[in-house]
Amino acid sequence: MSLNVTAMPSHHEPQSEAHEQRALGFWLYLMGDAVIFGLLFMTYSIMVGNTAGGPSGRALFSLNNAALETALLLVSSTTFGFASLSSKTGNRSAVLAWLLLTFVLGAGFVFLEIREFMGMIAAGAGPDRSGFLSAFFTLVGTHGTHVSVGLVWILIMSGQVLSKGLTLPVVSRLFRLGLFWHFLDIAWVGIFSVVYLPGLL
Amino acid sequence: MERHGLLSYLVGFVLAVVLTAIPFYLVATHALPPSRIMYVIAVAAVLQILVHLRFFLHLSLTTTPRENLLAIAFTTVLLCIMVGGSLWIMVDLHSRMAI
Repeated sequence: MSLNVTAMPSHHEPQSEAHEQRALGFWLYLMGDAVIFGLLFMTYSIMVGNTAGGPSGRALFSLNNAALETALLLVSSTTFGFASLSSKTGNRSAVLAWLLLTFVLGAGFVFLEIREFMGMIAAGAGPDRSGFLSAFFTLVGTHGTHVSVGLVWILIMSGQVLSKGLTLPVVSRLFRLGLFWHFLDIAWVGIFSVVYLPGLL
Repeated sequence: MERHGLLSYLVGFVLAVVLTAIPFYLVATHALPPSRIMYVIAVAAVLQILVHLRFFLHLSLTTTPRENLLAIAFTTVLLCIMVGGSLWIMVDLHSRMAI
């Protein structure tokens, strides 16, 4: 369906927009991702007690760091929502500004996560230390990788908005990027509720 | 920006902040016994995921295409079987090996 709409301007008929926004294929991908995350959560909750004499979550996690990461991701989800809204009214510079803000917030999140990982590895609590830490780095690292890919995708879409304008295919891709970005925030809700908060309790 | 869409994101944001602040506050202050806090964390997480689905991903039982809802419902069932089943097996094994 995307083949015959590539040359369409941004003021297209509502019917094809509805078709583009069904996004069944992308939802199927997201659900596949949900299964991956679900099984990583399951693995983590089985492995969480297997510290092999090494440090547990209580010694390693920081509530402030987790709260800051949560705030960055939640605000970035909202700013992406504003980018989606601006794309509907065809306001190109507003879309770019919100995408840029989303990128900065997301990059801040990845920075905090990498800093946390480096600190843990430097303290001898890397993924090779215990079953608990293997499961921790796999789960949280998989999420962080997704966010990093999302950041690259945000840059690519900003470039497309800049060079192609808000054409139907570009808006359609923005819509899917939005689904991806909001989905990652849901996965993070799972991470702070399963990993950080119970670990610090 | 259209007003209705803006309101949806803002309501979602405020609800998400509240549902995040409650469990973080409880863990920071230990205002309740740990088992109670675990219960609150679980309930707040499920509620917040529903808030995200409704206000950020705009899922709705009336306007979302039926095949999308079917895919989501199928995945939910699949996750319950795989996660619940695996936890059941591992917890059972754990208690048997502890004897």
